[in-house]
Amino acid sequence: MKSSKRENLIRDIVINGTLLLLVLLWTIPTLGIFISSFRTRFNIQTSGWWTIFPHKEWQMVEEREIPEDADPDGVMNIAGATGTFDEFREGITTEDGRQVIWSGNKSLGTIRIKEKRWEFLPELTLNNYGQVLAGKSYEIQTADGGTMEVQGDNFLGAFLNSLTVSIPATIIPILIAAFAAYGFAWMNFPGRKVFFIIVVALLVVPLQIALVPILRDYVKLDLNGTFLAIWLAHTGFGLPLATYLLFNYIKGLPRDILESAFIDGASHFTIFLRLILPLSVPALASFAIFQFLWVWNDYLVALVFIGAKPDVQILTMRIAEMVGSRGSDWHLLTAGAFISMILPLIVFFSLQRYFVRGLLAGSVKG
Amino acid sequence: MEGQRTKSFSLTTILEWFGSTFGQILTAIIVPVVTFVVMWRGFIFLRDGNAPKLVIAVVAIIWGVGGVALIYFVTNWLIERLPPRWTERLQPFLFVGPALAILFWYLAIPTIRTFILSLKDRTGQEFVGLQNYVAVFTDRLMTTAFRNNLLWILVGASLSVIFGLLVAILADRSRFENFAKSLIFMPMAISMVGAGVIWNFIYEVKEAGSAQIGLLNAIWVMLGNEPQAWTAFNQPWNNLFLIVILIWMQTGFAMVIFSAAIKGIPDELIEAARVDGATEVQIFFRIMIPYIMGTIITVSTTIVIFTLKIFDIVWVMTGGQFGTHVIATQFYRQAFTNQNKGYAAAIAIVLVLAVVPVMIYNLRQFAEEEAF
Repeated sequence: MKSSKRENLIRDIVINGTLLLLVLLWTIPTLGIFISSFRTRFNIQTSGWWTIFPHKEWQMVEEREIPEDADPDGVMNIAGATGTFDEFREGITTEDGRQVIWSGNKSLGTIRIKEKRWEFLPELTLNNYGQVLAGKSYEIQTADGGTMEVQGDNFLGAFLNSLTVSIPATIIPILIAAFAAYGFAWMNFPGRKVFFIIVVALLVVPLQIALVPILRDYVKLDLNGTFLAIWLAHTGFGLPLATYLLFNYIKGLPRDILESAFIDGASHFTIFLRLILPLSVPALASFAIFQFLWVWNDYLVALVFIGAKPDVQILTMRIAEMVGSRGSDWHLLTAGAFISMILPLIVFFSLQRYFVRGLLAGSVKG
Repeated sequence: MEGQRTKSFSLTTILEWFGSTFGQILTAIIVPVVTFVVMWRGFIFLRDGNAPKLVIAVVAIIWGVGGVALIYFVTNWLIERLPPRWTERLQPFLFVGPALAILFWYLAIPTIRTFILSLKDRTGQEFVGLQNYVAVFTDRLMTTAFRNNLLWILVGASLSVIFGLLVAILADRSRFENFAKSLIFMPMAISMVGAGVIWNFIYEVKEAGSAQIGLLNAIWVMLGNEPQAWTAFNQPWNNLFLIVILIWMQTGFAMVIFSAAIKGIPDELIEAARVDGATEVQIFFRIMIPYIMGTIITVSTTIVIFTLKIFDIVWVMTGGQFGTHVIATQFYRQAFTNQNKGYAAAIAIVLVLAVVPVMIYNLRQFAEEEAF
């Protein structure tokens, strides 16, 4: 009995330990850019983001002249360390934990003595966010206390565009799909089965198939770069899954509700609005979250149908553009990436239950 | 007398009928026209307007969402004004019509159009037969893309499934199950572009000697190695560093589905196995895996289809340089950078052909289980 208790304990430690390790592996990447987005440009470029946590670092504690008697071409003894010039150049660690370094060349130079001391750089700033969000120009504090005007990245505008794209591109397909799902589930019309089979077949069709022809249509209709164009595109690409999921849900609703409503003289339209929509809220919510995250995070569809129109560009496009043009401006990239993640993360963590339900209901999308 | 009364009665009825019908027809015309005009003005305002961004955003959202609702309402109002027989006949098409129209315009017809385009030259003018397909399967860049996509699927998709299964099983026996699952699931909420930034930062490389700000190089250098440009050198293994991002993003998805499936395994089954002296490992391989095999296949298929179309990660991280092109990035490059529409269309058709087995499987499932 005792040994089984011990076995249980070991099993517990192994399970929780492995899990904790995996959780750490999965969160550290995001943590890295989150922390970096609050660090100054200089700090990001000269030290890893993990240095904001307390750690031991070599710090110079003393700088002294090179002793008169030191012979750079032989073995020297300086500040308790013994070695040749080359060794001193590399830095010699003494037994009491100090590092002695010859800085400069043989004839001209100084001796630096370093010690490992606790250090952390908690210098944090909101400047990066200010600069990324700002429209045309933004003032930043320079190191010497003055101010400097820099070009803002207008992420606020892109954020609004992302919202303008995502909200209708979430609601429109749901509305259209809910109508269709009701029609397929509870109405009779010629071609009902054939049309639904087409919906099922289109579930896995990759959207790449549509990009070139639809772009042609848009150019002809002068729709390119408009919000309508991208809403419709997302609607088209999201509809098969939406219709399929909502059909399954609506078909599962008890049929007597519908029949008693009919006897009371309600029309299909009223039944749909007053009865079916309210009853389907859980399914609608699951798909809404799914579609919202999909649209908000989409890059390809926006890239093709919004293209280079800067005033309609959404967040993912701005960030991708920034990666291309200023890939080492980490203070801006990290802040920008975080701005693009904040809304989906809120939606995700607050509505996770619904999202999971949606995923479980159907997990194929073209 | 008798006859006249009937006559005048019927005359007024006809007049009344005519009057009301005329009125009805008039409103039936006016309402849709007004709706159309309002929608059109809204569209012009949104396309050409110079209002402040916030105003545009609010108007666009109201116009878009409200407009769709309005179209349904107005059309239904019209249909319900028709004789009942016609209402009954037309109403189903109001319900499924818009969805079908959009599905046909955006997916069904484009499949045919793209197929025709794939048989034409780069401008889409002349038919060139199967020339584009020959090129797709022989071009060096394309064969690299196929090889890479295969690597993405073999390594990325399978490791996502394996890690997902591992986390699901560990979390099921852990006290902080929800906490762990939430955090591993989190990358699913992040865009692939955002994930690209996150991982670019991990892979960041500085010259040897200066402080490494990328986590991977910092560790690598600490272990006494030279800093590496992970996504550029050691082709084709640099692809693995991009694939890691997919695993990071998709493990959560697999985990959530597996977690639900595992909770569906009856406790008695596992208890019985324990009583019979089965070890945990045996329980895992002999009971759990077979029990959730259906789920494993579904999840694997979904991730494989997703991986087949992978685009954003590669496009943002390397742009396809250093031998990292995949099918979808090649498609984009041919369609929009090189403007070689025929070639791009052929690539898209190859992508569709790759998912046809799944499509057939879905249709079969549907035909089997559905008493439609």
